Amino acid sequence: MKEKIKARVMDSKKIKRAFNRMATEITEKNRDLNNLVIIGIRTRGVHIAKRISKLIKEYDNVEVPVGILDITLYRDDFSELEDKHIVKKTEINFSIENKDVLLVDDVLFTGRTIRAAMDSLIDLGRPKTIQLLVFIDRGHKELPIRPDYTGKSLPTSRREQVKVKLKEIDKKDEVLITEPGGIG
Amino acid sequence: MSFNKKHLLGIQHLTKPEILTILDTAESLKEISKREVKKVPALRGKTIINLFFEPSTRTRSSFELAAKRLSADISSFSKASSSTVKGETLKDTVLNLEAMQTDALIIRHSASGTPHFLSTFCRSHIINAGDGTHEHPTQALLDAFTIREEKGKLKGLKVIIVGDILHSRVARSNIFLLNKMGAKVVLVGPPALVPPQMARLGAQVDYNMDRAVKDADVIMMLRIQLERQQKNFFPSVREYRSLFSLTPKRFETARKNAIIMHPGPINRDVEISTQLADSLKSVILKQVENGIAIRMAVLYLLLGGKERDVTD
Amino acid sequence: MMLLIKNGHIIDPYSRLDKKSDILIKNKKIADIKENISSVDKKTIDASDKIVAPGFIDMHVHLRDPGQEHKETIETGSKAAAKGGFTSIACMPNTVPVNDNSGTTEYIVSKAKKRASVNVFPIAAVSMGQKGELLTEMADLIKSGAIAFSDDGYPVSNSQLMRRCLEYARELNTLIIEHCEDLDLSSGGVMNEGYQSYLLGLRGIPDYSETVMVARNIILAEKTNSRLHLAHLSTTGSVELIKAAKNRRLKITSEVTPHHLFLDDSLLAGYDTNLKVNPPIRTKQDNKSLIEAVRRGIIDVFATDHAPHSPDEKEVEFSEAPFGINGLETAVSLILDKLVNKNIISLNRLVEMYSCNPAKILGLENKGKIEIGADADLTIIDTEKEITVDVNAFQSKSRNNPFHNWKLKGSPVMTIVGGKIVFSSLKQNPSAE
Repeated sequence: MKEKIKARVMDSKKIKRAFNRMATEITEKNRDLNNLVIIGIRTRGVHIAKRISKLIKEYDNVEVPVGILDITLYRDDFSELEDKHIVKKTEINFSIENKDVLLVDDVLFTGRTIRAAMDSLIDLGRPKTIQLLVFIDRGHKELPIRPDYTGKSLPTSRREQVKVKLKEIDKKDEVLITEPGGIG
Repeated sequence: MSFNKKHLLGIQHLTKPEILTILDTAESLKEISKREVKKVPALRGKTIINLFFEPSTRTRSSFELAAKRLSADISSFSKASSSTVKGETLKDTVLNLEAMQTDALIIRHSASGTPHFLSTFCRSHIINAGDGTHEHPTQALLDAFTIREEKGKLKGLKVIIVGDILHSRVARSNIFLLNKMGAKVVLVGPPALVPPQMARLGAQVDYNMDRAVKDADVIMMLRIQLERQQKNFFPSVREYRSLFSLTPKRFETARKNAIIMHPGPINRDVEISTQLADSLKSVILKQVENGIAIRMAVLYLLLGGKERDVTD
Repeated sequence: MMLLIKNGHIIDPYSRLDKKSDILIKNKKIADIKENISSVDKKTIDASDKIVAPGFIDMHVHLRDPGQEHKETIETGSKAAAKGGFTSIACMPNTVPVNDNSGTTEYIVSKAKKRASVNVFPIAAVSMGQKGELLTEMADLIKSGAIAFSDDGYPVSNSQLMRRCLEYARELNTLIIEHCEDLDLSSGGVMNEGYQSYLLGLRGIPDYSETVMVARNIILAEKTNSRLHLAHLSTTGSVELIKAAKNRRLKITSEVTPHHLFLDDSLLAGYDTNLKVNPPIRTKQDNKSLIEAVRRGIIDVFATDHAPHSPDEKEVEFSEAPFGINGLETAVSLILDKLVNKNIISLNRLVEMYSCNPAKILGLENKGKIEIGADADLTIIDTEKEITVDVNAFQSKSRNNPFHNWKLKGSPVMTIVGGKIVFSSLKQNPSAE
């Protein structure tokens, strides 16, 4: 599908600043960083999680482990998907029992992905707390879910799409608002 | 992604990308069985019936657990408790079960082609759990998964399959699959059980075990049915053992790090020496373990996600 | 009432007729054959642009009556025959009970007289109960109406019994028809053995299961100086043996079915039980050899081996389904389309194989020919008529025919038995001038 770029809302400089701010907020809020683990939701949440972990290491010299969560098997919106989703590996090589889990995703939209991720986490063990970090909170939530850390709140219309581009996958850091093509 | 078949009737009609999708999906799902809570909600609300018209413990339990780990509801029906003994036709039996709003039927039957037959009139997804002497697709998939796990690849490997190839659905499915994936398959056994024309299925035929085993990367031993002897497919177990059994001496000539596989159940010291069956070279129990992941993948790919117009 | 068939193109190799002519029928016999017969006071059929042939004879039919009337009866089977263009059929003895006694033969004859649309000639069993042990009372059976003897469905496996029945039949001047199969080689097989059976995991019947028995039977016929007819040939090997036997002038005749000519085992990929038949459909190479044998006169007769089975018997697992193809209503169109209209054989050869030869082999003296005084059994054909096979429109009680939905060019359009129209799809002007 063709899409049209409506606005470039963040560039690499702004993104870097947002990361630094969020990392600071996390270290301020979590007294015992040694009890913290970060779990990124595939695909971009994983890279955001890794950057956060790296920043925490820089600030406080604590290694915060990063796990990868694939929530395909927990989705409740199968019937709305165009195609069957390929299942990828969940890779969490540490116990989350009694841990402070920081769940990380790129965009918070309806909240259903986060719901699925929390179900999945709870099947894996009983964390002490679950906190949520999303890089963009774009509104239109359908579930009572609110992030603890946000890179940017970005009011959007339902038609619009928010694209968080990351160096690790997309060659450069930027956040775009796009719209399906054909409409002026 | 490339999986939009309605049924899993056999390997013969799967494409290489479809096979890879199943293997990759199984790889992702394998971890679930290692969790403390071995369950994900992917197939919540789906109803599956295991229709086993032939005795089986391994395959049936494996499918049952796979379905349960994906949160599907599964019920098993085996011949002893079935109405087929009352003279009902298979078609009637299946239509009655389907009336209970099943989403998938997993069928094991002694007559080749039965899953295909069901697919001509059933609404549910049909999964072949072994039909007669035709195919056993999930076994071949779990074998391939195990080989890939052990060897890191399938392409270019020399895989020898030894035993009663003629009557083996495991052999057929493996020949089809390994061929598609670029492995070299050699079939070994007495001539009556390995007709030369079977080479056309995509394999070499060799009647000399000592020669075939040389440089093999994978040695797949099949169960030899003792009743074949009654029909003169080979003269005696004693002679079969001397010509075709996998012994430590023969195994030495295989490639270093070669692995030994067997779909089970094993006739110890007939087709394979106990010593080898229990050795570190044997991946027999890994095959069983991987069976769950493969069957989860098959169930997920057929039943999960949106129902669309699909071809079989 | 006299029946006049006007302006048809008459083809009868027996009488060497191949020309346009009228045929007059009186008292169940052919009364005259010439041009421009007056139609005054006669029921007239306009056969312009049609072929008029001596009535077709299917010498290999299973009518299932008595005993398995849910599959077919003498009434429905003979109706199917009439629709298929056949004026006479010979029915095999594997009924329940087996036709191995004069009582059963008489039942078939008398029921046919009352209910059948076409002539029905019972073939009695060679051995009691078709068990291959004791000979039937052939002379008595002939007296009751048996026209030939066969254990069809099974071979006569015991070579000594085969020898004895050939010797006995020779002196009664009757015919033995043999289903050539070595049951040990077939060994429970359900399809042709070869690449396809290995692919499908179905137990195979090797082609030489037939061929070795053809060889044995030729040797026994030669040694006993007997006539022998070999049923439903299916293999290249059989053709070669029969060719050699004919070259040695042995009294061997044989038949082939349309399904063995036009179907091969690659079609079984969908496990369609309507393709399950014994002998099994073989390979494309066998199709080719059989067609060549038809062309070159090595095989004498087209026969259907019409073997009706009810749908619930066929809608089962492949290995559980009974063998057999329901063939009466597609046989003639198949040969017309696949062989005549493709110029592989002539219409003359078709008539020879569907009429003259079976009449001669079965000893039906007044049939299989168009001449004055012969039985007024006629088959009228439209070689241009295009049909789509629809098993749901069959006259037969059963539907087990693999040619469903095939489009074929050429079809029987009228069947006349003893001067009576038993089937017609011809649009007739109700004209008696």
